[in-house]
Amino acid sequence: MIPLGHYLIVSAVLFAIGSAGVFLRRNLITILLSVEIMLNAVNLTFVAFGRQHGTVDGQIVVFFVMTVAAAEAAVGLAIVIALYRHRESLNPDAFTALRW
Amino acid sequence: MSEALVFYFLAGLAIMASALVIGQRNPMYSVLLLIASFGALAGLYIQLDAPFVAVAQIIIYAGAIMVLFLFVVMLLNAPQEDAAGWDRSHPLRRPGMSRIGALLALLLVVQLAWAVLSMSGVEAPAGTGGDAVSSVRALGRTLFTDYVFAFEATSILILVAMIGAVMLARREGDEA
Repeated sequence: MIPLGHYLIVSAVLFAIGSAGVFLRRNLITILLSVEIMLNAVNLTFVAFGRQHGTVDGQIVVFFVMTVAAAEAAVGLAIVIALYRHRESLNPDAFTALRW
Repeated sequence: MSEALVFYFLAGLAIMASALVIGQRNPMYSVLLLIASFGALAGLYIQLDAPFVAVAQIIIYAGAIMVLFLFVVMLLNAPQEDAAGWDRSHPLRRPGMSRIGALLALLLVVQLAWAVLSMSGVEAPAGTGGDAVSSVRALGRTLFTDYVFAFEATSILILVAMIGAVMLARREGDEA
């Protein structure tokens, strides 16, 4: 049997990779992909803890996370397309209209 | 023993693929590598007695969401990240605030490792689960009884997201 801690470590590493991607990358699409990595890391934690406690609740939360991820991807990519039409760029530094 | 081997293979594949997603300059490769990472995670879900989640992971994530990403990457046709000069340097040597960002990321890694290591019961095997966890029947029953309100609220979320995506991606001017 694989100890629970192993799954949690894999999840923590994936979450750290995702957050590093959000901070380091300069491409809106790659940033959205990094957010997906973080969501998946959390999903792994939910499933591992759900099995630890012997309930299906963890898996059900995963379904809701997947739904929210799908909605987030649809809206996020629509925003990316709209931004690209305005500036011909995917660099987040190019969009400073709300910066004071 | 073979179970541990499969776990380490899948976990290593997921982590390697995710790290490469961050490392690529071409978003096309990033999306394809992320599909590999999601496939490895689906394998981990099967090991955790959650076959339905694994199938949903493949169908929804790798099948639907990633195809949406691929579609947008191809539509925008901007494969290379247009980097400023400082972007090619090491993140710790960048000017100003990004150095603090790298430091915070490192802090997060340390904090997560500390949280995992200091938790009690971490070395216990990850439950036996058995039929109670892996049965799709129990999953559906719980979803449509205890979580029925959240389930219905999700449909409104999807409707709003759909309308929002259509409104955002619409070209200004065509009011028809």
